[in-house]
Amino acid sequence: MDRSSHPRSRRFAPVVAVAAAAALTLAGCSSSSGGKKSEEGAANASAGKATTPRMTVALVTHQAPGDTFWDTVRKGAEAAAAKDNIKLVYSADPNAGNQANLVQNAIDQKVDGIAVTLAKPDALKGVIGKAEKSGIPVVGLNSGLSDWKKLNLLEFFGQDESVAGEAFGKKLNEVGAKKVLCVMQEQGNVGLTQRCDGVAKTFEGKVDPQNVNGTDMPSVKSTITAKLKQDPSIDYVVTLGAPFALTAVQSVSDAGSKAKIATFDLNKDLIKSIKAGDIQFAVDQQPYLQGYLAVDGLWLYKNNGNYSGGGEQPVLTGPAFVDKSNVDKIGEFAAKGTR
Amino acid sequence: MSMTQQATPAVDTPPAPGPKQSDGRTRQRPPALRLLARPEVGVFLGAVAVLVFFLFAAPPVRDGSSMANILYQSSTIGIMALPVALLMIGGEFDLSAGVAVITSALTASMLSYQLTMNVWVGVIVALLVSLAIGAFNGWLLVKTGLPSFLVTLGTFLILQGVNLAVTKLVTGNVATDDISDMDGFSQAQKLFASTFTVGGVNVKITVVWWLVFAALATWVLLRTKYGNWIFAVGGNKHSARAVGVPVTFTKISLFMLVGFGAWFVGMHQLFSFNTVQSGEGVGQELIYIAAAVIGGCLLTGGYGSAIGPVFGAFMFGMVQQGIVYAGWNPDWFKAFLGVMLLGAVLINLWVQRTATRR
Repeated sequence: MDRSSHPRSRRFAPVVAVAAAAALTLAGCSSSSGGKKSEEGAANASAGKATTPRMTVALVTHQAPGDTFWDTVRKGAEAAAAKDNIKLVYSADPNAGNQANLVQNAIDQKVDGIAVTLAKPDALKGVIGKAEKSGIPVVGLNSGLSDWKKLNLLEFFGQDESVAGEAFGKKLNEVGAKKVLCVMQEQGNVGLTQRCDGVAKTFEGKVDPQNVNGTDMPSVKSTITAKLKQDPSIDYVVTLGAPFALTAVQSVSDAGSKAKIATFDLNKDLIKSIKAGDIQFAVDQQPYLQGYLAVDGLWLYKNNGNYSGGGEQPVLTGPAFVDKSNVDKIGEFAAKGTR
Repeated sequence: MSMTQQATPAVDTPPAPGPKQSDGRTRQRPPALRLLARPEVGVFLGAVAVLVFFLFAAPPVRDGSSMANILYQSSTIGIMALPVALLMIGGEFDLSAGVAVITSALTASMLSYQLTMNVWVGVIVALLVSLAIGAFNGWLLVKTGLPSFLVTLGTFLILQGVNLAVTKLVTGNVATDDISDMDGFSQAQKLFASTFTVGGVNVKITVVWWLVFAALATWVLLRTKYGNWIFAVGGNKHSARAVGVPVTFTKISLFMLVGFGAWFVGMHQLFSFNTVQSGEGVGQELIYIAAAVIGGCLLTGGYGSAIGPVFGAFMFGMVQQGIVYAGWNPDWFKAFLGVMLLGAVLINLWVQRTATRR
């Protein structure tokens, strides 16, 4: 083979690439609709700034990489930190042992407060005890509603997944659903299971759970389509995360089904679908609020000795329903990625 | 044709047991057995077995639109399984293939959106990025002589982190913005993610692309010089180099081919779902590799076919959706999937052994 041609072509490849990109730009390939240009210059919520002494707070969650939900929690925490003159240290790991190490890391940094999610409370028990021993206040958020008091946390901000599921089930009764498909994007996740179980508890019809492979959207789409084909009596598809609801819209149309769609959690694309009537309603646990309140709670404790919930009761951030009646109002916040 | 059989020489077999006239050394084995010894036949029979099983176990599968759905799921795995299989025949594998799909989709989406460009600009730049990632994998592998496990594991982690960090940095969120109202979107959607009707059944365009790519890959593998090079570098790199096969070129180009596949599937995901979540794609690389291995490609290289992975991917899609069509308890979903795949692979193995038994 002509060996000499090969190194030369490799040397030329970047040149060709750059030239092609430049040519395309010059050829007027700009889009006349959509894109960044049409995005409104949305400013983040700001309400003044505290002049209290600078403090450091660690937020340690069990976020899996790239999850839109946790991104919103973090934004809320950042907003509170900016307002309260707090340096926020965010870290996350879905593996409970690694999450415990991250809490230890925060203790070693001698932070002024720790906000932590308790997806697997037993794994975090030891390290939370250490934090309390070294005088660092710890608050809980999102997961761990049944365990935060046992671990002597200061306060807790979140949604009871079962309560949210139960509210969802009641809403399904109201809209006259008969048979519901509950789509779980992560097999064996405790919170997701509680949601489906909560729905089943109050819903008067039948609930069918279905596991899907959440990291592969085409597979999610096919699986929901398949299930709708297998059981044509399903008249409502319930997803447990916003991106999966949007995919379910396609599955329903692919399957030629008449099923309606409702979901847990929000994002900005979902708002459009609720407006368009493709998705009936969403239950929102207000992740922004969870992040915000957890950080702000630590600030209040340090500067004014306050306990949200009186140290006895959790502070619930959900379930709030978003449907056609209130979607316009919430939509403007969701567009910024904060709802 | 002879290249696919190089690991299991069909001729020159020692005498088979039983009555015989000649000493056997020059005897051809019966055509049926020779056919069975081909790498794709075992998986073909496995796929047929799984199909027949679900035709009985799950009545909705008998419907044409259900089959279209199964083929769609298979095609999104299958399009990637093809270049992954060629790479594997060439003696390497790529752990970064799953997240590379998302990298490509993110690149196209963010570039067009942030610069408010026609989406085709993003699509083309994403292709260049995907090919560059492949070239980087191949180049590093060839230059350092490190095993592909290590090199592509590194790329896998890099891409996973970059996907997340860059998306967050650029969009302020962990998912990209909706590009469905931008110029060129509907054209690109026609190419990568449209649907057409055959006899009242809606079929996804990816199924067509999958089969076209499979035909192309088969032709390249069996009828071109490049195909011979792939088998040669996968069989023995050093002797291949000794007889004048451009090993470096072959390996790098195979990794770039995986990059092309990642780009194509990434574009399908982008134009089919409008937005991309940056954390997706993790774990898919193993499914692509599994489809190739089920399809008769050896993990050690030098042996396999392009048509085998087509059946491998079909088997995967069939089992995954068949379980749902059958309405089995979803708690067992993954266990069922594993059992059926192992079963299918065992059929595959048994056919191979029976066919090549001496």
